[in-house]
Amino acid sequence: MSVTTLDDVAEKPAIRITDSTLRDGSHAMAHRFTEDQVRSVVHALDAAGVEVIEVTHGDGLSGSSFNYGFSAVDDVKLVAAAVDEARQAKIAVLLLPGLGTVRNLKEAFDAGASVARVATHCTEADVSIQHFAAARDLGMETVGFLMLSHRASPAKLAEQARIMADAGAECVYVVDSAGALVLGDAQARVQAVIDEIGHQAQVGFHGHQNLSMGVANSVLAYQAGARQVDGALLALGAGAGNSPTEVLAATFERLGVPTGVDVQAALAAAEDVVKPIIPRLPHMDRSSIVQGYAGVYSSFLLHAERAGARYGVPPHEILQRVGEAGYVGGQEDMIIDIALQLAQERDLGDLAGVGTR
Amino acid sequence: MSKATAAIVGPGNIGTDLLAKLQRSENVDVRWMIGVDPASDGLARARARGVQTSHEGVDFLLGLDELPDLVFEATSAYAHRANAPRFAEAGIQAIDLTPAAVGPFVCPPVNLDVNLAAPNVNMITCGGQATIPIVAAVSSVVPVEYAEIVASISSRSAGPGTRANIDEFTETTAHAIEVVGGAQRGKAIIILNPAEPPMIMRDTVFCSIPAECDRDAIAASIHEMVERVQEYVPGYTLRADPQFDDPRDIWNGHARVAVFLEVLGNGDYLPTYAGNLDIITAAAARVGDLMAQATVGANA
Repeated sequence: MSVTTLDDVAEKPAIRITDSTLRDGSHAMAHRFTEDQVRSVVHALDAAGVEVIEVTHGDGLSGSSFNYGFSAVDDVKLVAAAVDEARQAKIAVLLLPGLGTVRNLKEAFDAGASVARVATHCTEADVSIQHFAAARDLGMETVGFLMLSHRASPAKLAEQARIMADAGAECVYVVDSAGALVLGDAQARVQAVIDEIGHQAQVGFHGHQNLSMGVANSVLAYQAGARQVDGALLALGAGAGNSPTEVLAATFERLGVPTGVDVQAALAAAEDVVKPIIPRLPHMDRSSIVQGYAGVYSSFLLHAERAGARYGVPPHEILQRVGEAGYVGGQEDMIIDIALQLAQERDLGDLAGVGTR
Repeated sequence: MSKATAAIVGPGNIGTDLLAKLQRSENVDVRWMIGVDPASDGLARARARGVQTSHEGVDFLLGLDELPDLVFEATSAYAHRANAPRFAEAGIQAIDLTPAAVGPFVCPPVNLDVNLAAPNVNMITCGGQATIPIVAAVSSVVPVEYAEIVASISSRSAGPGTRANIDEFTETTAHAIEVVGGAQRGKAIIILNPAEPPMIMRDTVFCSIPAECDRDAIAASIHEMVERVQEYVPGYTLRADPQFDDPRDIWNGHARVAVFLEVLGNGDYLPTYAGNLDIITAAAARVGDLMAQATVGANA
């Protein structure tokens, strides 16, 4: 496929990288970020020139719970610390309607958050309308997130993006929550959303590395016209992690696309600031690859590992069945349910009888 | 034995399903279905079921020579807030299926007994009706510092009202987990799932429990409560035995019980997967039935 030829002399349009180390990375940290860690990561990202830094529980405002894991430190406190630390960067928060509320958004705004990112499953955009209205009333920048985008056709996704744009989203992201979109699948979705809302809102792409496509898909998204992408330092995020911020910065620089991010500073932030504080590097292991392959929400990974250990069943089998059942983001409780089913089937010795269900 | 008379205001899907359920009641006689649109399908459905209908709203109902004993309102919070004082003035007991919450929250097996004579009761939310009995079952045995529920429903069963104000669901349900369920702190989460064929309603209830407690007594209380809900929602089942997890530091040193529920609807008018809608109409019918029993009993 030939890429649109861009005049090498002309300045290419810039892409804005939003760093989600302190939000999507919260999944990989089991939501245990401390205020000191948040301050050091924000300080490094801000100094590297990252314009937007997202700071929230992995499942968004009010995500601290039995179902998703309790935060070590309250979101609002972490947001306030991030705002205090940042010199130029805006602090963003994520909100999933059905979990977080307008009240939570106002608390985050009062703590200094200035970008509201509102996420729904890719076919349920209309539950976000009240939250976009509230964010706009507060004067926040607004971003819509269509999660598990591989589950909707490009046309369906465009229709849902239209709902968010009409509700007040200034940018709508194609969010590959499962890391399941492979190259053209990602680009076609971004293109369809741009065709629908491009004249009134920007379009973004949020990638995961479960099938190692995060950065490549981000480049294809840019070439289709996306002007915002998400990354995380060292890929720290759910599943096999996000598109690494430092790799996005380096890759776009090689392509001659301005990001405003200093590559050396981003590399230092990843190596010197994030690496010492994380329990393990996200990587493509059996379970996270199954997530990409079966189209399973990336943040289910650690939950499946815990349920697998608790009930003595393989996490990748849990995830495979989660994919088959069509569970969506937020249904972490169903992981325990499936682990119980698998344990019961094992105990009955009828796994062979059930076959490849 | 004579029956209490009743009207349903709001001939939508909920009102129609409620009518089907109440027509099986030995204590309630639904005489009227009230709407505001002469072309309403719901009013036509009610006429086909032998019920007198009017599209002239609550004015028609309150202008009748013989007023109903009970009114079930399945319109909107806005409409019910306007109608509630008028029902009260006319001495009609109101069972409110909207989010208006004019009267106390009621969950039949938990606190209907103390609210049988209330002039107005509110049916909370679908997720509340499905989960609060379990919270109450646990909190009747041990103190519950925190309870959290996750309601997963099929996208097809989430109407425009729910979608336009999903915060109302989470906030109302969380509040009712505390005041009706007996938890010190409540949290509610709702998930819409678009899978086809549509998912049957699922609910998960997590309660913090003391590190040292009688887990068998908690499990027995949960099983007993499930049976009580099954009296009016036959498709209300446990997916597995209650799951107990040992204390953890991040749970403030508490242990946890997790309860996994499925709510299969009765399929009266609404499809069976819409257990979320079924459980609220079933609960309202149950409230009406027991209020009618009390009324008729008192008049006998």
